[in-house]
Formats: sequence, structure tokens, C-alpha cells
Amino acid sequence: MFEKPVLIREDGLRHDGRRPDELRPIKMEVGVLYNADGSAYVEYGGTKVLAAVYGPREVHPRHLALPDRALIRCRYHMAPFSTSDRKSPAPSRREIELSKVIREALESLVFTDLYPRTTIDVFIEVLQADGGTRTAGLTAASLALADAGVPMRDLVAGVAVGKVGGVLVLDIDEVEDEFGEADMPIGYAASIDEIVLLQLNGVLTREEFIEGIRLAKKGAETIYKMMKETLHRKYLKVLEEV
Amino acid sequence: MSITPTKQPVIPRIKKETIRKLLRRGERIDGRRFEEYRPIKAYINVVPKAEGSALVRLGNTIVMTGVKLEVGTPFPDRPGEGVLQVNAEFVPLASPTFEPGPPDEFAIEAARVVDRCLREPKAVKLDELVIIPGKKVWLVFNDIYLLDHDGNIIDAGMMSSMLALNNARIPSIVSIEGDNIVIDKKVKEKPLGINVNVVAVTIGLIDEYILVDPTLEEELVLDSKITIGIDENNRVVGIQKTGMRGIKPSTLENIVDIALKKGVELHRVLGEVLNNPQQYSKTLAEIMK
Amino acid sequence: MKMKILVANRQIVRPGDVLAIIEGSQITPKYLPEKHIYIHGNRVMTDIVGLVNISDNEIQVIPLEGKYIPRVDDVVIGMISGVGLTNWIVDINSPYSGILNANDVIENFNPITMNLRDYLDIGDYIIAKIIAFDRTRDPLLTVKGKGLGRITEGVVVRIKPSRVPRVIGRKGSMLNLLTSMTGCNIVVGQNGLIWIKCRDEQRLEVLIRAIRRIEARSHIRGLTEEIRLFLEKELGRRG
Repeated sequence: MFEKPVLIREDGLRHDGRRPDELRPIKMEVGVLYNADGSAYVEYGGTKVLAAVYGPREVHPRHLALPDRALIRCRYHMAPFSTSDRKSPAPSRREIELSKVIREALESLVFTDLYPRTTIDVFIEVLQADGGTRTAGLTAASLALADAGVPMRDLVAGVAVGKVGGVLVLDIDEVEDEFGEADMPIGYAASIDEIVLLQLNGVLTREEFIEGIRLAKKGAETIYKMMKETLHRKYLKVLEEV
Repeated sequence: MSITPTKQPVIPRIKKETIRKLLRRGERIDGRRFEEYRPIKAYINVVPKAEGSALVRLGNTIVMTGVKLEVGTPFPDRPGEGVLQVNAEFVPLASPTFEPGPPDEFAIEAARVVDRCLREPKAVKLDELVIIPGKKVWLVFNDIYLLDHDGNIIDAGMMSSMLALNNARIPSIVSIEGDNIVIDKKVKEKPLGINVNVVAVTIGLIDEYILVDPTLEEELVLDSKITIGIDENNRVVGIQKTGMRGIKPSTLENIVDIALKKGVELHRVLGEVLNNPQQYSKTLAEIMK
Repeated sequence: MKMKILVANRQIVRPGDVLAIIEGSQITPKYLPEKHIYIHGNRVMTDIVGLVNISDNEIQVIPLEGKYIPRVDDVVIGMISGVGLTNWIVDINSPYSGILNANDVIENFNPITMNLRDYLDIGDYIIAKIIAFDRTRDPLLTVKGKGLGRITEGVVVRIKPSRVPRVIGRKGSMLNLLTSMTGCNIVVGQNGLIWIKCRDEQRLEVLIRAIRRIEARSHIRGLTEEIRLFLEKELGRRG
């Protein structure tokens, strides 16, 4: 049945053996898709996400175009096989909301006014969901935009802080999300020190909220560094292929 | 797919400058202080046919919420709980920019933020809504209906939802034969159980200024907004940042403190209505006068 | 403006990387999109994945990725993708389609008696120059001028537009090398399309491989020398 697992063990570690401030193993690659102008694959533990960017390109239908800036169109979508119970491929209310908050996070970074009358399309597909899909999706989208050569003020790293068994923990997985007391996803652009995505699903005191933001920033900074290395690595690879 | 809004009215550049100039002098375009809410008027039981209802005026913004109860099946993973469903409709009569059709991303977002702020602190006693465990429970439909849009829909929607849920009474069960349940909606027995009341405080950010309860005019020039749900125990029970600009992490402490302070104020308004239900039960005809 | 530069010439940078610190107190936030730098606080930052280019204490970033955005006077290679009553729509491998007016191609053009498709048809390649563009309207093209007009022979190779500066090289050094060593005719469109005409298939094949190599390795130092060796080896091998 639906028994609550032990989220914080007696030794203070989490159900999967992580310390409270420890990220899951993270993997990322850019330029993984042939057709897209930019693309990225990101893994946070069991969460596996692919993002593609097309554009800037012409808007169809053309009357949607804005005269003074590029549109950003963003779709966060979960594959039907990404969850334990099959997810209907039709967009859910949750996916509609997450598409919006991810789009708004990207809008705050992309120099959209450079490309009037065009659109920059961002497609995020969650291939396997194990908690933190929106934050992994945001990280992937940011990498894909950079890989597409879209000018932007900074990269953004996504990470969620949770409260489980009374303890604030970094980068919660599905079990911790389901049985924990709070899930606070953030998107943090480290170089310009801005939070571009912030949600809280759960209950926190004022002090826990402040501490949660600090913990999330710390985690996001680590992911941010990996993103920079990943973008660099793409070109180093070419060097080796002599 | 979420698309950069294209139907929003174009804001004259001069308007944004005017608002900024006023802010530098410490003023807002409607004369309010930065941390001041517009006048709030709240009424309950405005649609007696609903199991619970409320209407909130926040300045020119009018939001109504109706609560309906139906018998249905519980979620398989929550056999011992009733079901709460929050929906929001931005109907075309509320604004020249709204169009008929299914809820757009703004309406869905508003509903989901209210939903989270109710669900996470367990505002509604869902465990009291079981009729036959695992089989039949009460489904609580909380429908937020925006009637006039002048900004800050979520705070008004949250308050009208909280009032409507408090106002809701569970219809009487006439008979239970096997899985067949007969109810009588005309006879309302006990009130819907509430664990804790919740309010939402929305704060607008523009340049370095923090504006509580932005109007639509202000919303159109804001850098971003942040909505914070606060329960009567001063806990943060939900957050949603919206808008197309980032925020400095260092400002968050200040923002949450302002929200907590304003939360106390809104809880006082809520309490006033809930403690004097007779006084605040009004018919729509009286309210629209 | 005095600044302390934190990066090396030809270093790979990414959006949000800090390139330099400005010294002094008079700093105004600024964005120079054509140089891919912007000023945030007292820091000079970049908005793109690219290579740092420093000369005379001037800093800019050459993008490694990105779409072609038209500029006036650019020579581009485009394909006719649509035909209207009085103009052609030209796909120039950009978010903005090119417009070529009928009277640029046909003297005394009369829309009633003449069919544009008799002059340039869908699928035709042209070498054109951009004569007007401000992003509010689609770029206007001309085919009047030396070396411009319809392409009737040779092949067109497509590369990433961001790699075009490398194919041309500093003051045209790479393009000169390619032309002189292969003896082929080469027109590099700024939009990433390259027209080539060679005496024989083998030269063509070697040239295309050289161009692909430049495209893939455009961030590498000493690339001109590397390509010279490559061409010597590949062309020399045939004897």
C-alpha cells in the first residue's frame, strides 16, 4: 500500500543515502539533436530531460508576430511512458502552468528585442520523471538556447529544495516530493545573481524559506558551473578528433 | 504551448515613466502607499443555491467563488479523503482582453496557485468528507469566477475561495443502499470542516520598488510579481513568481516580511466576515447596488 | 574606459561569463549586441557562446553558433522560395526572408504581361546583396552588380553562418588560401551558403572537405596553417 518511507534516516542521511545538501548525480550534454538549432540532454538522477530550441525563426501564423521583439514559445511536456502510471499525452493543467513559468524564466534572460517579428521555440520533453522535472527542464532549455547561439544575459540553473521529515534538503526526488512537506523549485542565474523561477508547493516558516533559498542557490551554483563546463566541452571534443 | 502574450494592450512609454517618476517620489498612481491594499469588501452566501459562496471586491476587481459538493469516488491513493478541485474562469465579461474558451494559462495558473495554498496546509478537512471509505466521498468543487479585472486576481480569488469554503455546508444524505447514495441538496447539515484559513499576498516589483496589491495598470508595467500564501499561523504555504524579469535573492527576505505583515491584515478582514456571518451575508442585488 | 581584462584572446566564453572589470566609477549599463557584450554593474559580460577577440584594449565575442541576421551590404546566397506579382521571396537561411523586386531583374517590368517565373523560378539559387534592412521589414535584395545574379553552375555548400568569418579569415586570408591552392571559384555568402565551381571533381571534393574542417574546427588556433597542410597533403597526393 502507500506507506510513507523513512525520508531521513537515523544517521541523518536521506532515503537514497544523500546528505541533505547533496545533489543527485547530474549529467548533461549539448548539441545532441541533429535537426534543432540548439539542444541539450540533462539528467538529475532518475529524471531525464531533453530540450530543443528552434529559432529565432519566422512566426507562423504571421499575425502572431510582435513588431518589437521575438516571441518565446515554450512547451514543457511529459512523455506518456515517463511516469509509473501512463500519463496522457494531452497537455495537463500542470504542464500548461509549468510551460508558463519556464517561459517567463527564459524571457527574463533572452535578449528578445534583437529579433522582432520572429519566434524562439523551446521544447522540453521529460523522458523519465523522478522529481525535479521542471528544474531539470529549465536547465536543459537554458543549455539548448546557448547551444543555438541565442543571445542572453546569463544561463539559468534549476534546482528544487524540499522539506522532508522536518529537514531542508537539496534536489528532491519523486519519493521526497510525494511524501515530503514542501517542494520549492527555483531557477537561478548565478552570474547576474537573479532568481528567474520561484515556486513553493508546501508549508515553510519564514526562517525555513530564507534558509531554503540559500540552500537552493548553493545547489544551483554547482549546476551552473557544470553547465558552463558542458558548453565548453562541446568544443574541446572537436580538438581531440584530429 | 506557452507563448509570449501578444494580446495585451500596448503600454504608452510615457505611462511607465509616469509611474516610475511617482515611485521615486514615494507615490503610486492611485495615491496609495507602497504597502497599502485597496479597499476590500467581502460578502458571503451571495449565491444561496451553491453549497457555499462569496464575493470579494478589491478596489475595482471583483471575484466570486462558488463551492459545489457532489458525491463521487476518491483518488485511489487517497481512499480516506474527499476531493478538492479548484478551477478559475476568466469570463469575457470581466475584461476587454478576455475571450470565450477554455481557461488559458493565466486562469490555470491562478487556480493552481490557490489550489496549492489550500492543499498544502490542509485548509479543508478532507478526511471528514468520506461517505463509504475507498468508494464514495464528497467532491468539493471550488470555482473562482472573475467578474471584473483590475489586477491582483489571485489575492481576491484566494479570499473569496476561503470565504466560500467556510460558508459551505454539506448536503444531507437521505439514504445509503450499497453504493447508491441519495442526497438532498436543499437540506444542508453541517458546515464543511476547515483546519486553517489561508490568504494570498501579491507583491509587484518594479526597479527597486515593492508594491503590494498591484492594479492592472501597475501590473502591465511591473518587472515581476510574487504571490505568497500565508496561513493564520504565519506560515508560508505557497509561492508563485510570475512575470518576465528576474528578482534579486537579497530582496526576498524583505518581500516575505512584507507579505507576512500584510497577511495578518488580510486574516483580520477574513476573520471579521467569518465572525459576523449575518452582517456580511448579502444578496447580489444588494452588492451590485 | 579603463578595464581589466580577465580572458585571453580566442578563449571560449559562454553567456554570463565575465570578460573584464571596468575600473573607475562612471559606469553606465550598456548592451552592444553586435559585439556580444553587455555591461552589468562594473563587469563586462557576454551574451553568447563564442570566442573572445581582443585588439587595442577593445573586446568583443565572435559567436560560435547562431542564426544569420542580415546586414546591409552583405553578399548572400539565397534560394527563390516564393513568387509574388511584383517580387520574389528569397530564402536566405535567416529568420527574415529576402525580397527581390521584379524591376531589379527586369527592365520595364509590366506585371500584366510578364510572369516572374519566366525569369527566376522557385528553387533557383541567386547571389545577391542586401541593400536595405532594419528588422522591421524584410531585407531587400539586389542582383545588380559584379558577381551577383542567378547561379547556373557549380555547387552550393551550406555551413553554420557563425563559421563564415573563419572561412573568410583575417583580411580574407583563409579564402585566399582556399582559392589559390585549389584554383576553384568561391563565393562565400555571409548567410552560410558558399558557391563553388572547380575544374574537376577531385578538387571540388577536397575543397568541400576543407570547408567542413574549417566549420567544425573554427575555434582552434592556427587553423589557417592546419588547412594549408591539409590541402597540400590532399591535393599533392593526387600528384
